[in-house]
Amino acid sequence: MLSVEDLDLYYGDAQALSGVSLEVPQGDIVAIIGANGAGKSSLIRTIAGIEAPRAGKIVFKGTPIQGLESHQICNLGIGQVAEGRQVFPSLTVLENLEMGAVLPRARAAAKRALEDVFTLFPRLAERRTQVAGTMSGGEQQMLAIGRCLMGAPELIMFDEPSLGLAPVVVQEVLHTIHVLHQRGLTILLVEQNVAVSLKISQRAYVLENGRMVMSGSGDELLRNDRVRQAYLGL
Amino acid sequence: MTWDLVANVAIAGVLTGLVYGLMALGLSVIFGVVRVVNFAHGEMMTIAMYATVALFAAWRIDPFLAVVPVAAAFFVFGYLLQARLINPFVTRPEHSQFILLLAVAIIITNALMVSFGPDARNVQVDYQLESYAIGPILFDKARLYAAGMALAASAALFAFFRFSLTGKAIRACADNYLGAKVVGLDVKRYYALTFGLGAACVAVAGCMMILLVDVTPILGPAYTLLAFVIVIVGGLGSMGGALLGGVLIGLSEALAGLFIQPSAKSMISFGLLILVLLFRPQGLLGKKA
Repeated sequence: MLSVEDLDLYYGDAQALSGVSLEVPQGDIVAIIGANGAGKSSLIRTIAGIEAPRAGKIVFKGTPIQGLESHQICNLGIGQVAEGRQVFPSLTVLENLEMGAVLPRARAAAKRALEDVFTLFPRLAERRTQVAGTMSGGEQQMLAIGRCLMGAPELIMFDEPSLGLAPVVVQEVLHTIHVLHQRGLTILLVEQNVAVSLKISQRAYVLENGRMVMSGSGDELLRNDRVRQAYLGL
Repeated sequence: MTWDLVANVAIAGVLTGLVYGLMALGLSVIFGVVRVVNFAHGEMMTIAMYATVALFAAWRIDPFLAVVPVAAAFFVFGYLLQARLINPFVTRPEHSQFILLLAVAIIITNALMVSFGPDARNVQVDYQLESYAIGPILFDKARLYAAGMALAASAALFAFFRFSLTGKAIRACADNYLGAKVVGLDVKRYYALTFGLGAACVAVAGCMMILLVDVTPILGPAYTLLAFVIVIVGGLGSMGGALLGGVLIGLSEALAGLFIQPSAKSMISFGLLILVLLFRPQGLLGKKA
């Protein structure tokens, strides 16, 4: 569904990604693991069109998307739940959700999508008039996921969805990812919780210093000594 | 000096202040969303004043009717200015933005000088000389209508930002730039729309201002500065603050003119500015940074 080939990204003179390639088959959960600063977020932001790569190809459902603007990429069906949630703090919950459906692809079905999000996250329905900035981190994460779903994505990229959340909320977020996968959504997951992300993913990549150094099924990487040492502390 | 006189002058100051407020609202909205300070703001208002003069001279179009074509033209002008010229500067350092808009301001002033000459121009309509009297208090008709128009335009803008999807999207872009990109809002388009709306505010304010003062090509810088003072006093980025700041500055100018002398009006406005900067740097209605 999504394929990334030989991607190079620079911030000024500093190279953040070098020759990164990646395949995300339709209907799978694909995980990317790696240390802080390895380039995981940079990769997601480049796919999303927020950073411009210097070289490489990104193809989504047969269409090359590198060089497109971020709103055009979203409108093709690539949604994102960004690191740090990135809700609109002074807008209400309902307004935040409405913003997810401004995309041309999502406008017609916005009403149904809203009901769907409220069914998935009843707490958002209760708090629809609350200003997003006053909600807890976990609630904001639900809002960020709900807002992403409003855009009717086919592929969702999650960037550190459990970062800074209480363990019980982390479980809820992971459960939500599981539910979305069950519904047929394709998921690209960057998650600091390596053990869990390898367990729920069909395929995983290891990113180190801007390079893909390893890939395999989640199980394979869970059994790999290097991964166990470096990322699981075993 | 009687209380009646003080009251009359104060009311005239408040009414003029509402027109100032609408002008400053344009600056505040542009800064609040695009984070670019429009250093050509006052100059844009002088264009609107001249446009109203020209429409009046050519076809006797009343300034209140001129509002429609002038505001529409300014919306398009502001949209294109942002889309074609300013958008590439949004991520550049502030001094580049400053020089860019200063250049726009100087070009406007010179173009007006070439087109209209240095003499003061105005429009003359019947209701400028009429007033309503409530007891000893007089309301100039022109000033009252102008203030009413400024309030109506501000209310329309408030409602637009509160209730329309486009207005909410513009607020979202102002609230979290990265978040706006993440959900797929076309941020640059919303920036252009915002500049268009800010320009339309200035246009309406200019159409009204020509009923109250004469226009010359070099009026621009004074109004740019006045708009800054107002938004800083009211709170940068706060829409209500711009109106409140406008009213306060209008009132202080009028009372300074009465109690001291007309040439002292800026002295009091800038004194107020310094007091606000000292004791409430975020402005009266601004949020703490």
